[in-house]
Amino acid sequence: MTVAIVDYGSGNLHSAAKALERAALDTGAERVVVTSDPDVVRGADRVVLPGVGAFADCRRGLDAVPGMVEALEDTVHGKGRPFLGICVGLQLLAERGLEHGTTQGLGWIKGEVDRITPADPALKIPHMGWNTLVPARPHPLLDAIPVGEGGLHAYFVHSYAFQLADPADLVATTDYGGTITAVVARDNVAGTQFHPEKSQRLGLALLANFLKWRP
Amino acid sequence: MLKVRVIPCLDVKDGRVVKGVQFVDLRDAGDPVEAARAYDAAGADELTFLDITASHENRGTILDVVQRTAEQCFMPLTVGGGVRTVDDVRTLLHAGADKVAINTAAVARRAFVGEAAEKFGEQCIVVAIDAKQVSGPGEAPRWEIFTHGGRKPTGIDVVQYAREVVDLGAGELLLTSMDRDGTGRGFDTVLTRAVSDAVHVPVIASGGVGTLDHMVEGIREGGASAVLAASIFHFGTFTVRQAKERLAEAGLPVRLET
Repeated sequence: MTVAIVDYGSGNLHSAAKALERAALDTGAERVVVTSDPDVVRGADRVVLPGVGAFADCRRGLDAVPGMVEALEDTVHGKGRPFLGICVGLQLLAERGLEHGTTQGLGWIKGEVDRITPADPALKIPHMGWNTLVPARPHPLLDAIPVGEGGLHAYFVHSYAFQLADPADLVATTDYGGTITAVVARDNVAGTQFHPEKSQRLGLALLANFLKWRP
Repeated sequence: MLKVRVIPCLDVKDGRVVKGVQFVDLRDAGDPVEAARAYDAAGADELTFLDITASHENRGTILDVVQRTAEQCFMPLTVGGGVRTVDDVRTLLHAGADKVAINTAAVARRAFVGEAAEKFGEQCIVVAIDAKQVSGPGEAPRWEIFTHGGRKPTGIDVVQYAREVVDLGAGELLLTSMDRDGTGRGFDTVLTRAVSDAVHVPVIASGGVGTLDHMVEGIREGGASAVLAASIFHFGTFTVRQAKERLAEAGLPVRLET
């Protein structure tokens, strides 16, 4: 089985690759490849879209790889391969991003990405550090992961968050002066606002769940 | 609920830890990667490498350290020291750093902060500030930025500078009191509070931790989002777990899983 991590110039893919390799130790013989080749993405059994930085920058980066957006559409929507977006890689699935002006997203998940505005103005932005997850519904990605205030923690670092148009797409939130979208899933498409590759136990467990996921 | 962070800091010179981690049996206490693994296992919330390599030829050694650490530790990693150009930031991020700390280069040219943040996102740009109190007794407290390990005054007001670099795109501030650094007398909580109240981004308190209560003070009185410490962890005076348990006893939210 091949897991393709899409390389479009957005930062640290090394950690994501290593964390998936570590998670794959539990699930079998996956081959993890970091690639900017649309044909490799088309041939992959699973696809991961990471992303750090600003929404518009990431969108530009993705568009700058010839044929990549089409390859993602074919693989994820055409062939129904399991897909995981991480941080801005999740945000890019929205219809619009509102960071530094309005940027079109891929529109795979309805909603938009807007700045976090905690109810308590003393709360710092970015939302940076370890936070717990509040489940909205059961999902294979969260299988056997202790969630809730006494559960495991995920590492977040972001100033913008996904405002979902359809609550059915929500899997888990986190609390930061209000409810923030943390895990999203619709059919074979999923994403996390936090960084599983930096989230130690919770992160490796979630990545292992992704590798086992049969949507 | 977001937890307060406890961050061990390792000084790395020519690819080796300057003060070796002595709280566990390591095959090589001077290997930063082994030290990083030990802190990962101990439940550190993040790790910071400060590269103090002086010679230009050996500047690349930190990249190998960062790369090997990122392969083994699935926790956030900040790297600082000698970061002068957008290329330096890119190279460190690509090696596996999650955040890069900029110090002297931002003092020399503030616009660098904006250039780096625009290129890589605010979330990965930390500005490290070395502050020293310059007001006399009885005066309103005032701190100035010092460079060169606290030897060279710059005349720049710390609180004003903090606001400026945050406006330019710094996503976090690593604030070190040069008056307290290495003294074990506790953070300068007045300084920490002054900066924390002036900016909307998280502030990491640094310099002066000698007891676990100092950490509580850094968060509660200083308003810091995270506390950074070196010696007390490296020498095994306290464990990361003990630090977190004391913070929890004081009613502060911490992550106790390992």
